[in-house]
Amino acid sequence: MGMKMDRRGFIGAAGAAAATAAIGGPARAAAPLKVGFVYTGPIGDGGYTFQHNLGRLALDKALGTAVKTSFVENVAEGPDAERVIRQLAQAGNELIFTTSFGFMDQTIKVAKAFPKVHFEHATGYKRAPNVATYNARFYQGRQVQGQIAAMLSKSGKAGYIASFPIPEVVMGINAFTVAARKVNPKFVTKVIWVNTWYDPAKEADAAKALMDQGCDVMCQHTDSVAPLQAAQTRGIVGFGQSSDMSKAAPKACLTSTVDSWGPYYIRRAKEQIAGAWKSADTWGGMAAGMVTLGAYGPGMTADAKAAADKIVAEIKAHKLPAMVGPIKDRTGVVKIAAGAKAEDKDLLGMNWYVEGVEG
Amino acid sequence: MAWRIEPRAERSRALDLAAPALAVAATIVIGSLVFSALGYDGLGAAREIFLSPLADPQRWPDLGVKSAPLVLIAVGLSFGFRANVWNIGAEGQYVVGAIAGTGVALAAYDMAGYWILPAMLVAGALGGAAYAAIPALLRTRFKVSEILSSLMLSYVALQLLYFLVRGPWRDPQGYNFPQTRTFTDWETLPAVVPGTVLHLGVPIAFLAAFLAWIVLRATVLGFEVRVVGLAPAAARYAGFEADRTAWRTMLAGGAFAGLAGILEAAGPFGQLTPQFPQGYGYVAIIVAFLGRLHPLGIALAGIVMAVSYVGGETAQTTVGLPGAAAGVFQALMLFCLLAVDMATRYRLRRVAPAPSAAGARP
Repeated sequence: MGMKMDRRGFIGAAGAAAATAAIGGPARAAAPLKVGFVYTGPIGDGGYTFQHNLGRLALDKALGTAVKTSFVENVAEGPDAERVIRQLAQAGNELIFTTSFGFMDQTIKVAKAFPKVHFEHATGYKRAPNVATYNARFYQGRQVQGQIAAMLSKSGKAGYIASFPIPEVVMGINAFTVAARKVNPKFVTKVIWVNTWYDPAKEADAAKALMDQGCDVMCQHTDSVAPLQAAQTRGIVGFGQSSDMSKAAPKACLTSTVDSWGPYYIRRAKEQIAGAWKSADTWGGMAAGMVTLGAYGPGMTADAKAAADKIVAEIKAHKLPAMVGPIKDRTGVVKIAAGAKAEDKDLLGMNWYVEGVEG
Repeated sequence: MAWRIEPRAERSRALDLAAPALAVAATIVIGSLVFSALGYDGLGAAREIFLSPLADPQRWPDLGVKSAPLVLIAVGLSFGFRANVWNIGAEGQYVVGAIAGTGVALAAYDMAGYWILPAMLVAGALGGAAYAAIPALLRTRFKVSEILSSLMLSYVALQLLYFLVRGPWRDPQGYNFPQTRTFTDWETLPAVVPGTVLHLGVPIAFLAAFLAWIVLRATVLGFEVRVVGLAPAAARYAGFEADRTAWRTMLAGGAFAGLAGILEAAGPFGQLTPQFPQGYGYVAIIVAFLGRLHPLGIALAGIVMAVSYVGGETAQTTVGLPGAAAGVFQALMLFCLLAVDMATRYRLRRVAPAPSAAGARP
């Protein structure tokens, strides 16, 4: 702010801020906006939480002294989360991002007690006047992965390390399998549930078990680099999750689905400062820049690269829905009629598996 | 010249009581040095982790809620630990207690009445005790180490929980998310101080610690537990059977852990989810020893541990400490306690080398 601020100027500014407050925005003078982040994993997980923290750092860089961010990492989902969120609200944060599905009820609960604080919950479905939700269309990355996996796999079997059977994860497994079976109708996805978002030892064990069963492409919906590293030691390939994992496993990593939260965090913080923040539901994908692909690894053939690029272009042009019927579930029942496509609400409530998913 | 570690002839009672306080003080000093060396504000870290939660009244309800399950489980474990019965599987008994109580809650979902909550608590305690009965039976009948069997059963309990929340007990209105229905008002612990998170389970836990103290001090059962642990031969002479003591202490430990489980489910959680087990059963082992296996000491130790959790979160936002720092401080506390214990029970003495050992390689 280049303006010189004397006492009267301050009062004037405060008056203007009070006027903003009267029409619904927060009162604000020159004090920085305090923004809090609650992370489910450690910021060094190299995956999901790492990317959220990159988003926070991007916010710091973009808005400079206009914001003051802080975070709490490795927060257990449940009462611990409620305590941490409340603590951030009490500490004067006016905008709080809770970045995991398991923080949903706790975010809603604390939001009720702090009606003037604005909350943003990632990947959930409960909103309130002061709680917005935001999410990325991760399944678009799965569409690309399915195509590549089916082209490169010799055994026709992919291993998939999954966290919790919530719609978010189920739709990823299905989108992957549907895309793969377009290339190879006999393609099979073998799933192991590890009941955690981040546990490198458990994730590596699951990867080994899947490779023992003949899977030669590794997919994961967990946050550590352990599955890819396990794949690399056995000389097979896989996909990075949330973050570009090519550095952690340069030979094994075909490409990664990268979450890019920075632009969203910057936009919402600017809206908050301008007094224009509103509760909303944001679900952005490749077209919005919230989901991108990481670098292609040495395991990618020229054909696979070309096919992947083509799919990305189609998704960005909104020409490639996640699933187009006819699509059957594992018992052979048609769930999506021929010609119909899975709508957002179908994806967000998905609780069945497509043909070809095992485990 | 050589050094020898030998037991002190007399143990000072004052030193015994001061040991945990010394351990906490040593933890603060060493911890702040370590984090200073790592480039953090070490003193600030120690202050945020150990003092700020106590100084801020807004944090007090959090301390109560976080310490309650630790205190309850640790008091239950202390009976066994005094009598050389090593129940390491309180985590499993905690989970099974929560499952048993939740079973009652789900069965009574459409009902109303003041009896529901007490019935859930009773079911929780019975569930925990029943689960502890397995390692007790294995130990007394087949001489299986309860350390291993109780620990391994914890993992079985987790799988049972995962199965239930994903299968038969899944919330029909929950968008397929693996969690039970949220409990009704009749099934939820009321707040002791309205408008705070301080639920009825917190006074119950501390009351249980107090009652346990009375039992250990003033009843034959308490005497039995102490004697069996300190002097097994004397205990046999007095007519106390080791097996019977093992049974009683295992069941008591299981019941306390089970009660803690259902209090946590009916309090802060309000339902069962896969994230329900948070390792309280293991942390309670540290709390039990930090509290000198004494119920009142355990109550204090539980609060100290809760302070380190809550303070660890504050320290992340105020001095930018990594999340793992609280864990480092907690582990450091246990190490310091063991070190101080060693120093109060043993002494280092200089001795002349034994002449017969000259030339012989050890």
